[in-house]
Formats: sequence, structure tokens, C-alpha cells
Amino acid sequence: MISVGHYLAVSAVLFTLGVLGIFINRKNIIVILMAIELILLAVNINLVAFSAALNDLVGQVFAMFVLTVAAGEAAIGLAILVIYFRGRGTIAVDDANRMKG
Amino acid sequence: MIQYIAFWLFASMVIASATMVILARNPVHSVMWLILAFFNAAGLMLLAGAEFIAMLLVIVYVGAVAVLFLFVVMMLNIDFAELRAGFVRYLPLGALVAIILAVELIVAGAAWSAGKVDLAARAAPAVTDRSNIQQIGELLYTRYIFLFEAAGIVLLVAMIGAIVLTHRQRGGVRTQNISLQNQRRPQDATRLVDPGVGQGMEL
Repeated sequence: MISVGHYLAVSAVLFTLGVLGIFINRKNIIVILMAIELILLAVNINLVAFSAALNDLVGQVFAMFVLTVAAGEAAIGLAILVIYFRGRGTIAVDDANRMKG
Repeated sequence: MIQYIAFWLFASMVIASATMVILARNPVHSVMWLILAFFNAAGLMLLAGAEFIAMLLVIVYVGAVAVLFLFVVMMLNIDFAELRAGFVRYLPLGALVAIILAVELIVAGAAWSAGKVDLAARAAPAVTDRSNIQQIGELLYTRYIFLFEAAGIVLLVAMIGAIVLTHRQRGGVRTQNISLQNQRRPQDATRLVDPGVGQGMEL
């Protein structure tokens, strides 16, 4: 019997892989953005699984908003990446210190 | 029976392709694995009965976000071998954080299934006489209409922001000026001359 626990396990593994991807690809911001997409995908799987388990549609509505934000975040992130590359000629982000933050 | 096979297939494929996303040497391959992961996640959501979200995942992620990634990866001329440096150095710390996170998530999931927190007041219980998409539409356009419009504003701001960030005004470009073209009259543009016989004509 496939229960909500199975879905939670899949999404936990996916979330963990996303976090691990951010850590081991610290220089390559493209892969970091993809890892963030993986994390948001894990969140969406969680929302949908709970929505199905609790028989409540709000989870799916909320998953749609997460999807919207993920799409906007990818667009803005890649736009920033493009102008960063235009100015620096590289996308290595571990030494990004232009704003002296 | 087919559900079990489908679930295990989709679940193992989504995890395998997510692993390949973060491990692939070439980011183009990463994007391809990401597309596979999204397809399989859509399959998982389809199994859970969320047809609308599954289709949205295919359309938005595979159709838009993955193609956007692919464009950017292929547009920029990047030395990816250099970016791989430090991969092994960061691996222990990353693995430590990942293991802690995984344990926490599994404990949380187990606690949830054991304790069974009773969410008595369900906001929008699903019914069976209408399709999933119809029910979501009824929710989105009634109770969550303002949230829905806020999502539209988020997308609008993201679109304008991306355009403003990447737009470049280049000097010295001859662009078409339509009003100038429309204002042009024949008497300004042409000249009628009557050169004599044997005389040349200077232009």
C-alpha cells in the first residue's frame, strides 16, 4: 500500500539532494539554481501528497503558487547570472564580492 | 499492482535523476536530468490524483524553466572544468549537512504518521463528483482569487525585472522610425530634371 509516508520519503530524499547539490557545486551558480528547483519540487511533492492524504484541495492550490514563485525565481536568477557574466566573464560565485557585503 | 510498479518506478527515477543533476560534469546534462526528474515528479503527482499540478509541472518546468536554463547554459561561454574545482573539498561538509537534514525529515515524517495530528477543520475538502481541475478552478477563482492575482503580479514583476536587468541599449544602431517614414513625401524625395542633349547629369 502506497501511503503518504512513501511520498514524504521521496520528497525528503529529493530535498536533501537539493541541499547537497548547493553545497558541492558552490562555484557553479547554474547548478545551484537547479538544486533550488529540486528543493521546490520536493516541497511541491510534499504539498500534493498531504493534499491527497487529507483530502483537501488547498495543498494543490498552494503548490501552484510555489510553482509560480519558482518560475519567477528562475527567471530573475538567470537574468542576474547573465548580467554578472557580462560584467565579469565568469560565473564563479564563491568570490562574488562586488557589493562588499 | 500497476500503481506500486508505477510509484516505485517514478520514485526511483526522480531520485536517480536528481542525483545526476547535482553530479553531472556538464551543466547541459544537468538540465537534461532535471527535465527527466520533473517528468517523473509529474508522474508521482498524477498517481496522487493531482492531475492539474502534474500537467502544470510539465508545462511550466519542462516547457519554460528547463528551456530557460538550457538557453542560459548554452549562451554563456563558460569554462566548466574550472568551476568543478573544490567539488571534493566541499563534499564532506555538504554530506554532513545533507545527512542531518535527511534524518530530521525522516523523523518528522515518522512522527507525523505515528501521532496523526488531527486536522479537523479542512479548508476545502475534495469531492468526487467533479474532476480535480474543475475543483481547483472553483477554488482559485472564488476563495483564492486575490492570491491568484498576487501570483500574477509576482510573475509580472519577475518578467519586468528580468527584461530590465538584461536589456542593453546599444549605441550606433540604425533602427526603423516609422513616423519619419510616414512623413516622407514624394516631392521631398524625388527630383525632376531635364538635362540637355549631350550633357551629363550629376547626382
